[in-house]
Amino acid sequence: MIKKYSRYLPYFLIAVMLIWHSVLYAQQMRYPRPEFETQYTYPEYQYNYQRAPYWEYLDVAVLIAALSITSWLVIKKRSRQGIMWVSVFSLAYFGFYRQGCICAVGSIQNVSLALFNSDYSIPLSALLFFLIPLIFALFSGRVFCAGVCPLGAIQELTGFKKVKVNPKLEAVLGAIPYVYLGLAVLYSAVGSQFIICRYDPFVGIFRLGGPYTIIIFGALLLITGIYINRPYCRYLCPYGVLQGFFSRFSWKHLTITPAECRNCRLCEPSCPYGVILPSDNLKNTEVTEIGRKMKLIYGALILMMGLSLAYFFYNTAPLLARMDKRVSLAREIRLEKEKGIKAVSEAAQAFNESARTEEELFEEEVAVINRFRAGAPWVGLFLGLSLGIRFYRRIIRHPRTEYEPDRGRCVSCGKCFEYCPVKIKTE
Amino acid sequence: MEKRENNIKSRREFFRKAGRITLAVPLLSIPALLAKKAYSEVYVWQIDPYKCTACGLCKTSCVLTPSAVKCTNAYEMCGYCDFCPGFLRQGARAYDTGAENQLCPVGAIKRKFVEEPYFEYTIDEELCDACGKCVQACSDFGNGSLHLQIMHGLCVNCNQCRIARVCPSDAIKRVPADVPYMSKDLNKSITRKGAAQTKKTES
Repeated sequence: MIKKYSRYLPYFLIAVMLIWHSVLYAQQMRYPRPEFETQYTYPEYQYNYQRAPYWEYLDVAVLIAALSITSWLVIKKRSRQGIMWVSVFSLAYFGFYRQGCICAVGSIQNVSLALFNSDYSIPLSALLFFLIPLIFALFSGRVFCAGVCPLGAIQELTGFKKVKVNPKLEAVLGAIPYVYLGLAVLYSAVGSQFIICRYDPFVGIFRLGGPYTIIIFGALLLITGIYINRPYCRYLCPYGVLQGFFSRFSWKHLTITPAECRNCRLCEPSCPYGVILPSDNLKNTEVTEIGRKMKLIYGALILMMGLSLAYFFYNTAPLLARMDKRVSLAREIRLEKEKGIKAVSEAAQAFNESARTEEELFEEEVAVINRFRAGAPWVGLFLGLSLGIRFYRRIIRHPRTEYEPDRGRCVSCGKCFEYCPVKIKTE
Repeated sequence: MEKRENNIKSRREFFRKAGRITLAVPLLSIPALLAKKAYSEVYVWQIDPYKCTACGLCKTSCVLTPSAVKCTNAYEMCGYCDFCPGFLRQGARAYDTGAENQLCPVGAIKRKFVEEPYFEYTIDEELCDACGKCVQACSDFGNGSLHLQIMHGLCVNCNQCRIARVCPSDAIKRVPADVPYMSKDLNKSITRKGAAQTKKTES
């Protein structure tokens, strides 16, 4: 009899232990509150507080002021030195004093989390940090990138040399930010995590401490940035994608020359980012126009690219969901249950100690994966369309009569100002 | 040639204008959509002590070194035990303040005699590094009055708290900055003014 049931003994013991654990947690007041005979009073606890909320509004005010000054410096005053001083200020204030939080780059995720989750209310300062630089981009180009963004400022101030990247390589690497933006919006929209903040390379430098992987990543970017200027802005920054969209249609924008362009070609080597679009006056080449038929074919191709990427992302949604904490915990618990691989992570231990059942966990997993499935196709569609249009823009060619910056990619750093021989602004 | 250039220029100008208007629409609609949900209230991160399992990740995962998380004692819950499981190591040779007998690896818990047989335990926040050993012991063998809290004098309030991302029991959440602590002190919440206000228990 005993022998027959003895194989169930371990399970029984584990059950008793687990139940005992919940009993322990349920009854934490094991010892009664003491009744002091002496005149003992409970110590007054000294809690510390964060800086008052109105300081957040000071940040917003500083942001608006810095953006206005940079716009004026870029468009009216045309002062590279002034932009550099704004960069120094931004690096000191938004970077080292405010320690890189909150920044406009990260605020994308707050907005996306708030748009798709009803239980999260976005702090007003985060919303304003997202919107104000975009409004300025619509009026005067990427002035935020020029000197206000602390991530841009630290790279601007350390970019000493000027190594030009092959335009084709630049075009390929320049597609990474679109993917990064899409994934960042997806992960925050499903309420999983903020990947932009997680992989922010310079926050460790601003805080003078952090995990060594991020510090090394930031240091490598800065070292690369000495030669290939602003690597984060060009090949990673997801906010730069949005800034580019808005800047492309901006009302005013930085111009290389203050008056009329003389096609002297002196500005050609000035731009470290290779965004100066050359004039066609000198080459005298006849630009071949793309026929209507080809345009239709390209349009259909772009649409197909969007749809196929949407399909691809729909199918990779469960894979993307694995980075989610809840899904990875559920996977671990299921592996333990089905294959006997012991769940050893902290999360699994915490789960075993908690009162949650496996069914609840698996239900949550399915819910999270479904949210990923709902969101991922849109990311794919966005990627397909925007990358398709990017490639299309490389094929079409409008004839230009003067040298001008590519409005989408120009960060308004003003390095081209001094190369232009036309100095006096003629009204 | 001249005419064609002008044509292209005006067409480009038109596209630019149209694009500007198209982009202004989402820019204006986002605040309109979020207007109801945008709070002028600031949010801060805090640990729910009833979810916390004192795993020790607060010590290693915070962006600050030492961590902004510190141990606190909810005095009104504390048993003032002579033999405090959070203070004394299990299997200690003697029940006194000798360093070899203490559980805390940095000696942050200070013990003060009140009256027979009660002792008061306070935490020196300068020393505490949020390893959670005392919290675990107090929860397992004591009243559970020792608990971890994020100290807002130290916390830099990251947009995404690094500890919250790795927290195995999802104990860290955003709370309004006006009520920044989730103290275990018998459902007392501490308001901004620092005065302890008793909340009505909802259970």
